[in-house]
Amino acid sequence: MSEVLKVPTMAEFMAQGKQPEVLFWVGCAGSFDDRAKKITKAFVKLLNKANVEFAVLGTEESCTGDPAKRSGNEFLFQMQAVTNIEVLNAYEVKKIVTACPHCFNTIKNEYPGLGGNYEVMHHTQFLKSLLDDGRLTVQGGQFKGKRITFHDPCYLGRANNVYEAPRELIKKLEAELVEMKNCRRNGLCCGAGGAQMFKEPEKGDKDVNVERTEQALDIKPEIIAAGCPFCNTMMTDGVKAKEKENDVAVMDVAELIANAQDL
Amino acid sequence: MEYLSNILFALILLLGVGYFTRNVKRLIRNINLGQAVDVNDNKSERWRNMVMIALGQSKMVRRPIAGVLHVVVYIGFIIINIEVLEIILDGLFGTHRIGLKLLPLGVYGFLIGAFEVLACLVFVSVIIFWIRRNVIKLARFWKSEMTNWPKNDGNIILYFEMVLMTLFLVMNATDVHFQALNSGNIVSQNIVPLFGSASEGTLHIIERSAWWLHIVGILIFLNYLYFSKHLHILLAFPNTYYGSLKPKGAFNNLDSVTNEVKMMMDPDADPFAVPAEDAEDEVPAKFGASDVQDLNWLQLLNAYTCTECGRCTSECPANQTGKKLSPRKIMMDTRDRMEEVGKNIDANNGEFKEDGKQLLDDYITKEELWACTSCNACVETCPVSIDPLSIILEMRRYLVMEQSAAPSELNNMMTNIENNGAPWPYNQMDRLNWKNE
Ligand code: SF4
Ligand code: SF4
Repeated sequence: MSEVLKVPTMAEFMAQGKQPEVLFWVGCAGSFDDRAKKITKAFVKLLNKANVEFAVLGTEESCTGDPAKRSGNEFLFQMQAVTNIEVLNAYEVKKIVTACPHCFNTIKNEYPGLGGNYEVMHHTQFLKSLLDDGRLTVQGGQFKGKRITFHDPCYLGRANNVYEAPRELIKKLEAELVEMKNCRRNGLCCGAGGAQMFKEPEKGDKDVNVERTEQALDIKPEIIAAGCPFCNTMMTDGVKAKEKENDVAVMDVAELIANAQDL
Repeated sequence: MEYLSNILFALILLLGVGYFTRNVKRLIRNINLGQAVDVNDNKSERWRNMVMIALGQSKMVRRPIAGVLHVVVYIGFIIINIEVLEIILDGLFGTHRIGLKLLPLGVYGFLIGAFEVLACLVFVSVIIFWIRRNVIKLARFWKSEMTNWPKNDGNIILYFEMVLMTLFLVMNATDVHFQALNSGNIVSQNIVPLFGSASEGTLHIIERSAWWLHIVGILIFLNYLYFSKHLHILLAFPNTYYGSLKPKGAFNNLDSVTNEVKMMMDPDADPFAVPAEDAEDEVPAKFGASDVQDLNWLQLLNAYTCTECGRCTSECPANQTGKKLSPRKIMMDTRDRMEEVGKNIDANNGEFKEDGKQLLDDYITKEELWACTSCNACVETCPVSIDPLSIILEMRRYLVMEQSAAPSELNNMMTNIENNGAPWPYNQMDRLNWKNE
């Protein structure tokens, strides 16, 4: 794809004396993980398409501290949080959107107590608002009639009660949304949360991501939709472990919308 | 002589209630071993939660079969206990069915009839519960933490209820005067034929025995609560009232850490400044929890409230995939250790004497703690608003901040965050490279 992504930074906005409509918090996975970078770009394409004046922090962004906090390292978490809050407050950021439920949860729920008060949205909520306001339109395109199931990320669903925004986006694709045995508040974890992503699992008889992938495969979807870069990795690995990578794709909801538009 | 039974009754009642009061005091003392936590906000929302979740059983019915049966037993048990009021009055004043003197026959008959029907329903439900536990052997009742006492406890409660309901019905069936009224004996009249050949005298003896056993049984049951998972019938109320109102993803920020971080980050902070008045007791002796006294009182209340139903464990992704972690066990261990500490205090004139044990390692292992994905499935599903995850987090905090005992991969991850601002070894200056890739 040759077209250039427009990704202005907060510093650039500041230099022009302007404020963006929203800050896109990319997150560590979205910045560095090869798979997650594709999600980041898909989301940026949609923002560009909808003419959203957004900005990123770029090199001024740093880990929210989520994996440190869930590991029990409150010091490191608060150091990260206070540093990030200083940057965000210096730019007078009011509204933040992120494609990572962990960043979403941390900034929304744990930063206010440390002086960081922002309106925080998950990218599926933000995309839905763009659709509702008519700034973005979706047709089913290549996903029309496809069987798609949505895997609820724990930190979006149970942790913050956001269940419908991603589903409504999938329905907009005129796809057949099918639900796993465990969904919404009963959704089964992908196995990555609580800093598990960064370590080997404890001894057991199965990996959590395989268990979850089996639940997904049970209902024979063509696509497993995710809303979290870590879930995405876990489910992709799960599908590979079940040798189904040629039949079932794991895609972020933002990628579905962007692909439907042929972006 | 004629007051003998009244006096005996009063004594038994006093004994039962007295011993119960003693245990309640002990329970409150143990819960207060925990750290302070502020839960005085949003009173109206808290009342609503209590009414919905504890009184209304809103979370129980999410699993419809167990939920509906539980509602029957719960309602039945509460309502039938109105009958206990009559028994107590009769016992103290030497009357017989004082309700008949206080209420019109129709009303009395209606009440007793309703109790009889409920007693029957409770009996049937309890049998089904027993079958689920012991014949169908639902997996969540047969996990490794459900052996010995916890396993027996579950069954003993069911037997208690079966016996109490039976005694109530037998008492009514063998009460010749009551049967003669033919009002409210809707169930018990069907039992009467069982005693067909008995003389009036024998019937009277059976009736009196059932009456005494019923009230003594209830007093024993009352005192059994403290040692049992059945404590939830009382503690579910405060526990749902004090349950967290925040989004489940919000983990508390440790104030003690905030103070230190602010100091470190603030170039103007005077490290030798005199601490503010109450700053002294804000800095805890240690970060995180290695024993029950480090947890807060709400977490300890949680532990006493746990009904050991295992819904949490059955939803836990770690447990489902064969890991050692079981959120129910976290709660049971916390309660067991709290009891142990409480007994230690009682044995040592109100002072805790170091016993070389703690919650960490002696009860809950690191392997369990590190298996948690912090997915909140246990918290979401618990029918009485218990939060096992908060205890797991508090113990991880101790492991990491006091003992630097995180798994080495996590230490690497944290070193990366410290040095590069990302959990992987990438340079922060490369954060926007994706834009041009
Ligand atoms: S939060 Fe931890 S203990 Fe609770 S269900 Fe999830 S993995 Fe299990
Ligand atoms: S914590 Fe809640 S769900 Fe788990 S066993 Fe106890 S009462 Fe049941």
